[in-house]
Amino acid sequence: MTSGIKKLSRYRRHRWAAPALLVVALIGLGTTFSVASEAPAAQNVAVTQQSSQITEGKRIFLQGCSSCHGLNAEGGAIAPSLIGVGAAAVDFQVGTGRMPMADMSQQAMRKKPVYDAVQTAALAAYVASLAPGPQAVDPTSLNYERDGNTAQGGTLFRNNCAMCHNFAAQGGALTLGKYAPTLMGVDPKYIYEAMITGPQSMPKFSDKTISPAEKLSIIKWIKAAQSEPSLGGASLGRVGPVTEGLLAWTLGLGLLIGIAVWLASKAR
Amino acid sequence: MTSDIQKFEDPGLPEHVHRKADHDENAAKAAEKKVAILFVISALGTLLLIGSYYFVKSTTFIFLPIMGDTNAQQLGIGAGLGIALLFIGLGAIQWARTLMPDTEVVAERHEFRSEDKDREDFVATVKERAGAAGLGRRSLIKRSLGLAVGLVGLSPLVLLRDLGPLPRKYLSTTDWKSGTRLVLDPSGRPIKPEDLEVGAVAQVLPELPAGTERTLENIGKDAVLLIRIRPEEFNLDAERLSWTHEGIIAFSKICSHMGCAVALYEQQTKHLLCPCHQSTFDVTRAAKVIFGPAARPLPQLAITVDSEGYLVAKQGFTEPIGPSFWERSS
Amino acid sequence: MSKKEQIAGNVANYVDERTGAAKWLKKNLTKVFPDHWSFMLGEIALYSFIILLLTGTFLTFWFDPSQNEVVYNGSYVPLQHVSMSASYASTLHISFDVRGGLLMRQIHHWAALIFMVAIVAHLLRVFFTGAFRKPREFNWLIGVGLLTLGIVEGFLGYSLPDDLLSGTGIRIAEAIIQAIPVVGSYLAFFAFGGAFPGHVFISRIYTVHVLLLPGIFLALITIHLMLVWYQKHTQYPGPGRTEKNVVGYPLMPVYMAKAGGFFFIVFGITAFLGAFASINPIWLYGPYTPGQISAGSQPDWYMGWLDGLVRAAPPLETHAFGHTISWNILIPGLIIPGILFTGMALYPFIESWMTGDKREHHLLDRPRNAPNRTALGAMSLAFMLVALINGGNDIIATHFHLTINGIMWFTRIGLFVVPPIVFVITKRLCLSLQRADRELVLHGRETGRLLMLPHGEFVEVHEPLSAEKIYTLTQHEQNAPLALPDVDQNGVRGATGLKGKLRKRFSVAHAEQVPSPTLTEAKAIEHH
Repeated sequence: MTSGIKKLSRYRRHRWAAPALLVVALIGLGTTFSVASEAPAAQNVAVTQQSSQITEGKRIFLQGCSSCHGLNAEGGAIAPSLIGVGAAAVDFQVGTGRMPMADMSQQAMRKKPVYDAVQTAALAAYVASLAPGPQAVDPTSLNYERDGNTAQGGTLFRNNCAMCHNFAAQGGALTLGKYAPTLMGVDPKYIYEAMITGPQSMPKFSDKTISPAEKLSIIKWIKAAQSEPSLGGASLGRVGPVTEGLLAWTLGLGLLIGIAVWLASKAR
Repeated sequence: MTSDIQKFEDPGLPEHVHRKADHDENAAKAAEKKVAILFVISALGTLLLIGSYYFVKSTTFIFLPIMGDTNAQQLGIGAGLGIALLFIGLGAIQWARTLMPDTEVVAERHEFRSEDKDREDFVATVKERAGAAGLGRRSLIKRSLGLAVGLVGLSPLVLLRDLGPLPRKYLSTTDWKSGTRLVLDPSGRPIKPEDLEVGAVAQVLPELPAGTERTLENIGKDAVLLIRIRPEEFNLDAERLSWTHEGIIAFSKICSHMGCAVALYEQQTKHLLCPCHQSTFDVTRAAKVIFGPAARPLPQLAITVDSEGYLVAKQGFTEPIGPSFWERSS
Repeated sequence: MSKKEQIAGNVANYVDERTGAAKWLKKNLTKVFPDHWSFMLGEIALYSFIILLLTGTFLTFWFDPSQNEVVYNGSYVPLQHVSMSASYASTLHISFDVRGGLLMRQIHHWAALIFMVAIVAHLLRVFFTGAFRKPREFNWLIGVGLLTLGIVEGFLGYSLPDDLLSGTGIRIAEAIIQAIPVVGSYLAFFAFGGAFPGHVFISRIYTVHVLLLPGIFLALITIHLMLVWYQKHTQYPGPGRTEKNVVGYPLMPVYMAKAGGFFFIVFGITAFLGAFASINPIWLYGPYTPGQISAGSQPDWYMGWLDGLVRAAPPLETHAFGHTISWNILIPGLIIPGILFTGMALYPFIESWMTGDKREHHLLDRPRNAPNRTALGAMSLAFMLVALINGGNDIIATHFHLTINGIMWFTRIGLFVVPPIVFVITKRLCLSLQRADRELVLHGRETGRLLMLPHGEFVEVHEPLSAEKIYTLTQHEQNAPLALPDVDQNGVRGATGLKGKLRKRFSVAHAEQVPSPTLTEAKAIEHH
């Protein structure tokens, strides 16, 4: 409970607490409806909207998620419990199209989302109502261009992220067919949510170990790497010497042998 | 094989086929023009190089298909140099192919072996000269010379001794001691157990005494990975369990195989993977090796909290960290 | 005599009076070189080496081989104010603040990759055509030496910038040194001037990279070329080409123009690669620190097989009497490469021992006509390829949706299973090709035209081959196994021992071939 409040205060400090989401947290904390009824009228409306959102979210959940995650999101043989994962996890998993999974492969892939933004928010509200957890991130609060520091972000990235996602955030292999996905083209909001929720194989990066400001620096560095133009020519996938060696053997040696064949041929 | 079987005979060098340019003056002129064009293109390449060097800013980018926004200066200089060089080559080869004489010539080979007479003379000369020098008889000289040359040949071993210090206990020790605080890499902040949620990781280093600067050598043996899981997930003996704190377990980040930083932590499977050679370690079983070439678990660091609630080392590492070496006893 | 000729004559006279060069040059300007594209592979290596010397010299003007810590303040924004070694900072400086610097770095690195590619391709050409046979064994040995030194030189070169990727490579190299029994940790401390990574290693390998090894390279390449010159080049079999002659173009002017032109071709292509394809983008890797690492850390391709072997090694270590021996490092890192390279160096002598052939050879073999050798080569190549694939297993896994564990197991088994299979298939393939050649010679080329015979049968018209083609397909020697006595002169069976038995078996295997068609056979068929 205390850690929940702590988290709350942290998010408020960083201006992510949109009024509606604040109410989600209040419900999550188990405050009774009576507490809300004493609140100002504007908030009251919000709460009503909120509870209808939760109902809608539960409806979607029962239709699309409960077969694996259980009727009460308690988890099952093939899917984890969602109690306490928070809205941020739902926003990340559903918003990036990873959930619902298309098939029972090693790992949920990023794909076109099944649910739209409203439905995702409803699902998030429902899951958040089960137990407190990190809240979904308000993208407007992530002013990484202003608040981040690219060089610091790069150092942090190499310390905490590059081992799985590769030096240029292109992704890399994990055990038994799992992989760390590329971070190219990923919405900053989802990068942030991934760091705080630790989706699938990824560990969590607590705000005390990597502060919110440092997280913004990491995002700024990733975005800088993504938009970096070709400084030295075609990037060859930015995966290191493997593609370089391949190019030397194919294009390099191929061209040279081609010319050597012409050189040794007899002119007419 | 009987002698009445005949092999196919060597028909000899095929007749020389003349090129058009060999007998047609117009064709020869055309060929000459072609070669000249290739050399002119090369000259244009150098102009492109010079132009790009002086007149294109290093901050100019142009869009190219496949390559995207590309640095125009680097591309211009490179493409210019490439054209300049390649077309000199193409021109020279085209010249050789079309206008230089293309009649194949035949040169004879000779056996490399010297004539018997030369060999005998050589042996005789060597014997005579060696005999004159007394190489066969003066064994005292031979032996002492051998000693002298042998010893002076060994002198580099002495002279190179100061390349580095002796390892002594260095490979077996780290900067972790009882009570050393765990601080975050790179920020240097100390860390409390409640800062790590279940499923979280942190890269930490030992807090060094004030005024000590952290070197890469320190990091190379001190780096530690902190992982928090649910305590009931541990599958450890009593001693190793006592080295954890509220589900937080600490391992040396330096691979026990070849020293790479092992930090690919899979939160769901609780496996640690080394990206260099793919050794896989099970965090719940004290980093037992479950796949790959590593032969030993990652050394575990015993941790606890100090009076202010910060995570500290309970004791130093009980075994050398990093790759194996001869003097390592376990 | 024109004025120009007069001046040229005077200069020539001046030089010749002091050196007597005219006689030597007169003879050598007409030196004959056979023309074939595969003879250019070695030249690619030679020219890449010259490109490496030129671009490398350019790079030394700005590179600072020091591990002193500096704070970067050059023009690459994402690394500004980051502390790093001077060698990393100066490499960034070359890349972003010296015009054409990044291009030169990239040409240098591409040339290094092409250098090694060309050496290996040249080695394969020499091996599969039997060009290493007497009298060229010395050159084979020098070639193996150059290949080995090339691997070391390349590794040292890409380690110089002290970036995160190459630093990881040095870390692994240190672990290999440290694993050497008895003296390992001492050697490591001497090499690094103390603990890894230390402050001296980059400057030490810099001297080795730019002075010591290039010097040895120059000396070995010179001997290599002088031997080619002196022994005259081998040639492919064909009409008019014998063991006693060499057919081709004279050095002056044709070969000079072609070989000289080809230098510019190699330089030009390498420059294009440097201009259009990024290589070793060290600014993305970041500066080295032992606590960081990137997914997919690989060496350059010529070390990739070694990394693949290390990855596939079993987790074996021996702990006894207070000491440790790391078989998981020693076997794949030192023992197997040692066996492979020693075997490769000794192969000419092994083959000559197996066949008992002590004659000079200047005509090359068509690979199919030496099935056993070709199969051995293909087998070794298969071993290296499996290891190389495992060296990039993480990149392959993510790009082809495989698992690293799966590729690793494929490698662990494949290293033992694939080479023998490749051997058998290649040998069968060579013999089939020989059979096809035989058919072609005896029955001519299928034209695809059908002819109806008077009694209604359809037959395909076969066109006879030209005499030149027939000779090329039938000129090769017919191998015969060594006639080794089962019983020695004293009547003792098997007195030659295991060595003799092995030699006999090898010799039989090496002699296996489809008999080459003869004129007699062709005539017999004609009479039918």
